[in-house]
Amino acid sequence: MAELSRLAVLGAGHLGPVIARLALRAGYPVAIAASGAPEDIALITELMIPGAQPRWASDAVADADIVVLAIPLHRVQDLDPGLLSGKLVIDAMNHWPASNGVVQAFEDGGSSEIVAGHLAGSAVVKTFNHIGYHELEDRARPAGTPDRGAVGIAGDDPAAVAATAALADRIGYDPVRLGSLRAGRALQPGGPVFGVVLTRPEFERAVREETKRAVREETLREEVLREEALREEARSLS
Amino acid sequence: MTYTFGLDTFGDRNSDAGGKPLSHAQTIRNVVDEGAFAEQAGVDFFGIGEHHTEYFPMPAGDVALAAIAARTERIRLGSAVTVLGSDDPVRVFQRYSTLNAISGGRAEVILGRGSSIESFPLFGYDLADYEQLFEEKAALFAELLKGGPVTWEGKTRAPLFNQDVVPHTEDGPFPAWIGVGGNPESVIRAARLGFSLALAIIGGRPARFAPYSELFQRALEKFGQPPRPILVHSPGHVAVTDEQAKAEFWPHYRDIITLVAAERGFAIPTRDRFDWETGPDGALFVGSPEAVARKIAANLRVLGATRFDLKYGMPGMTHDQLMTNIELYGRQVIPRVRELLS
Repeated sequence: MAELSRLAVLGAGHLGPVIARLALRAGYPVAIAASGAPEDIALITELMIPGAQPRWASDAVADADIVVLAIPLHRVQDLDPGLLSGKLVIDAMNHWPASNGVVQAFEDGGSSEIVAGHLAGSAVVKTFNHIGYHELEDRARPAGTPDRGAVGIAGDDPAAVAATAALADRIGYDPVRLGSLRAGRALQPGGPVFGVVLTRPEFERAVREETKRAVREETLREEVLREEALREEARSLS
Repeated sequence: MTYTFGLDTFGDRNSDAGGKPLSHAQTIRNVVDEGAFAEQAGVDFFGIGEHHTEYFPMPAGDVALAAIAARTERIRLGSAVTVLGSDDPVRVFQRYSTLNAISGGRAEVILGRGSSIESFPLFGYDLADYEQLFEEKAALFAELLKGGPVTWEGKTRAPLFNQDVVPHTEDGPFPAWIGVGGNPESVIRAARLGFSLALAIIGGRPARFAPYSELFQRALEKFGQPPRPILVHSPGHVAVTDEQAKAEFWPHYRDIITLVAAERGFAIPTRDRFDWETGPDGALFVGSPEAVARKIAANLRVLGATRFDLKYGMPGMTHDQLMTNIELYGRQVIPRVRELLS
């Protein structure tokens, strides 16, 4: 078997340590970094993520194949896109106004698409954002377990999506590929799979219905715009 | 080991026996009665959590605590929590040192964010600044607690130069805790700034917080701080039987979770989930005195904590149900937990 990818987890708050532990358990080498010096998170690492290496973010990223973003979303703009260029970047963050307040830059559309816009040289994949951080650990199951949960994997780079799906499978979830980063909007707060652990069939059904609903909404919006345009045209003719 | 036991409320809006919501004003008067009754029932601490919603109309809990102080002699009184990030640490210190004066040294404060965010837009703060707001204000609060003139400068409020902040406390600092909900960096901060640790556990297995207790103790050592206590805050309801407790709690828990789920865009928990949470492994302390006592004892042990605060009530419950809960908690649950832990 080929050697597993090296992970850099950015963020030592709620979510980062959980993903780091799950990845370590699955055999991945893991470095973890917060916004400051490695010494600041040495105790957290020793007691809560034994086996992970606390590092400066820049060092952790430089040596990693996969970078997991588990930082407050508004801090993404502080990341140096050059540093992350060429990396597979897993976006596990959310624009969640009801919990974290409105972040103006993320008010329109999919948060991961905006992250990908900032990190133009990286292959961004959205996943792990839609399960609560403690559930993510409690609900991880080996492949084939009947109540194994599913995670959505959304990205535009097929190789990056495949690598992320392999990671999700190893840490305990059935990966469900969503086609594009844009399709990852179905994983966001307010969507049908946010905050609940679903099995693969349940998950696929929920996302299918959400996609249909989104298409209907989009069609309706286009119809309204067309009608408005026609009315405008009629007014200009009369 | 000395264990203490508290009750917390968010001023959950009461209903009458027919399900009709009582006024905010009546709910607040009921909270004052509940706090006074908690002392009679043998409860050690009564806490009021800051909230700003229609169903938790309790933005100025310290005023209600002062009223309870005037009617009691022994019970300790505090916030659970004070949303420090959207408040002024000088004013918080002044309000609670005033409460400390009124109550003859019975005030405490738990600083945190809580799970709701209404106070930030209400008072003109940006949640994106949360980390800096809380870090600076908690550090200033730690300075204020020491007593004596304070010199402080930061980005989140006006600087202080050799400022005497009154009223002075009579016997040194009153107990101050930082409430955390699962962020290890917040645990480190509590230790670094010299606060005690309040673990807010409102879902999932409480035992998963055990590493946070160890992290806190180790961090205290690292920062050269003396040992400090850990408390656990969890929701629940006590009635005569398990069935009655669940029947009284569930419809209101379901309603509030449904409302919050809609506001925050997550899926609504099922009855199955509720049954798991109220079982021996979950974080809802709902049941008969014996069941709740066993669960509290088990969790205090595994978490290395010496205080348990039960967040009682839910919007839509009646004042009578809450008074029965308080009576059973004080007269049966607390003695039973002490017995189990001795």
